[in-house]
Amino acid sequence: MATTVIWKSLSSCAGCEISLLNLGESVLDVLAKLDILHCPLLVDNKYSEPLDTSRRIDLPRARIGIVSGGVRSQRNLEVLLEVRSKVEVLISLGTCAATGGLPGLSNLCGARALTDFSFEQSPTARCTQKPNPAVGGIPAMLPEFTPLTRHVAVDVVVPGCPPHPDWIEEAIAAVLEGRSPVLPDRSVCSVCPAVSAVSGGVSKAPLRSLRAPLGDPTAPLSAMPCFLAQGYVCLGPVTRAGCGGREGAPQCIAGRAPCRGCYGPVRADSVASLDFLEALAVAGHDPAAMPDKPGYLSRFTGAPKPPSGEKPS
Amino acid sequence: MKRLHIAPLSRIEGHAALTIYLDDQGNVADTHLSVMSLRGFERFVQGRPAEELPRIVTRICGICPWQHHLASVKAVEAAMGVTVPPTAVKLRELCQMLATIPDKILHFYFLAAPDFLLGPDADPAGRNIFGLIKAAPDLVRQAVRARMRVSELLEMFTGKIIHPVAATVGGFTKPLSEDERAAMLAGLSEVTAFCLHSMRLAREKLLPPYIEMFREIGDYATAYLGTVRPQDGSLDLFDGDLRVLHPDGAMENFPASRYMDYISEDSREWSWLKFPYLKKAGGLELDYRNPLGVYRVNTLARLNVADCISTPQAQRELEFFRREFGRPAHVVGLYHWARLVELVYCCERAEELLRDPEITGTQVHAGAVEPRAGEGVGHLEAPRGTLLYHVRTNDEGLLDMVNIIAGTTHNNAGMHISMKLAAQRLIDDRGGKPLDQGLFNRVEMCLRAYDP
Repeated sequence: MATTVIWKSLSSCAGCEISLLNLGESVLDVLAKLDILHCPLLVDNKYSEPLDTSRRIDLPRARIGIVSGGVRSQRNLEVLLEVRSKVEVLISLGTCAATGGLPGLSNLCGARALTDFSFEQSPTARCTQKPNPAVGGIPAMLPEFTPLTRHVAVDVVVPGCPPHPDWIEEAIAAVLEGRSPVLPDRSVCSVCPAVSAVSGGVSKAPLRSLRAPLGDPTAPLSAMPCFLAQGYVCLGPVTRAGCGGREGAPQCIAGRAPCRGCYGPVRADSVASLDFLEALAVAGHDPAAMPDKPGYLSRFTGAPKPPSGEKPS
Repeated sequence: MKRLHIAPLSRIEGHAALTIYLDDQGNVADTHLSVMSLRGFERFVQGRPAEELPRIVTRICGICPWQHHLASVKAVEAAMGVTVPPTAVKLRELCQMLATIPDKILHFYFLAAPDFLLGPDADPAGRNIFGLIKAAPDLVRQAVRARMRVSELLEMFTGKIIHPVAATVGGFTKPLSEDERAAMLAGLSEVTAFCLHSMRLAREKLLPPYIEMFREIGDYATAYLGTVRPQDGSLDLFDGDLRVLHPDGAMENFPASRYMDYISEDSREWSWLKFPYLKKAGGLELDYRNPLGVYRVNTLARLNVADCISTPQAQRELEFFRREFGRPAHVVGLYHWARLVELVYCCERAEELLRDPEITGTQVHAGAVEPRAGEGVGHLEAPRGTLLYHVRTNDEGLLDMVNIIAGTTHNNAGMHISMKLAAQRLIDDRGGKPLDQGLFNRVEMCLRAYDP
């Protein structure tokens, strides 16, 4: 019998879900093992009957819960708690769910700044009313964008922006078979084919991606000079591997672009920002001269808490 | 006042809920289409180096990351005065075409088709892609395969396809080799055959039985916005002038850099998504009998504003569409039909680009770009409509201001009005029939047409 699943995306882009579809035809075999009871992207199951005016969230019980995206609103939080209470195994899918991911950059300015820009400062805004959670039937935005683990216990964490379909398949298979999933645990550099000749010695400012990098872009990846050695900000040393799946090269590297850290830190307890500044110095660059440190170093690790004292808005 | 609440709205890509307010007679007094969150990218990219914008905004949409990637890179280049080599421009458009094909296949088969193949009243538990797999396994397998085939080609060439990296400020990270070109042409021909089959299937079988229903519950006039080539007014998804087509047939063409002369945005208490409107109307009225400032985008809008399509099979489909439905066509279900016409265009246009001798040129980057202060607009037509990026940089080439109006945002007023119109027609005129799930699903079908 197929295993029951609730599949929810919270504040997200749906890239995790599209990634699963990129398994190709074998996605049909994976889906055949699952009975997806609730997944608004694909299935019509609702929170409650239309005539029920309580706005309550009532999800069916299921063996597995798969949740992508982070917690941006009060509603996201309510949905997450409801999923947790209805499933036996909770899989956190993607980097937003794991660390806060890229939208965690919003914590650098706080939620209030987001709404102020959108409804007041934007050059096209001529807003006669503003969204009002108190009366409008929309949820309040929480001050901070947070990962799932901040609110509930998570059983399996599948990182990636998006997670490679190999790892989504592995996580689901592992839960179905009652074992721990085998997921990548090394750094992007450890699987990167580029030539890592370190320049060393001369201290200089890291390069911005405003010119074509060195090397012939038609030559094999194994002949491409390491981005970090060239002086570009490449977060490979502090980023968990896996974006190329079981077999492939790191995807941004294959696209001839430096890594931005989308699988999150190599280990959950590592301090990627400090480790990176050290790697930069080892490669012969001056960490102090790096522009917009938080914008690079917190790109996918969940930025720090927003300016203090902010309430839900 | 009694209230009906449909949450979450399903088989759509975003997160939204619909509240229907009933008066004492049980008739629809009002509806609110609530988009449930603001993601706020415009603000938190401030202060980031401008060349990072195309690597950040991809996360706005995992379904159309290429379009955010490309529109934002164009805006940064406009702001910093960068001219991109012609080969890089063509590679970008090629990627946009190849990224749009799987998007349209996904929407039609995975999200929309269950309503047409299984019927609006089918059991909701099976009215989805899984039900479709049971009812039409070969068709679904072909759709999955075609989607995958194009995605593989794009990944082979550009490395990363969900949240791409290959367009950089100044150009593209790599040229297209002759081998890659040959592989793409071969793969594309298989996919094109499936897309033409999908067009025929929709035109002959799947959509005609529902056009009458959509006429009854989803037909109202608005203006439309889309992009056309300046020289002949033909459809273009990658670049060109913006064109507004008014309900009376009057047209205005303007470059995207002047978008602020034409578009302002209002908001409402009950949605986190803003409501763009035509600025010259002086304001926004969300009333289908007399909409003020309302315009729509996305597939139907683009076919309405275009004088013609430059590729032969899509042009034949456009001619058929015009004979059947006129210009402008307003019936909401025709968004699906127009989506498939565009699917045919994307296949043909991708092939045209691949056969262009310049596509394998090796000059794909402008050389070193100097960071500088400036202001610029970049735009293109994303699957869900016109995607506008307005960027201001400072002397160091850091982002001072970014304003984004995405496809579904342009359509917010139109979608909202469609929900109210459909709810009124279905609930007020139901003649004693129960308020059942099939009725509510028909309301949702009017939303799905927009592919929000």
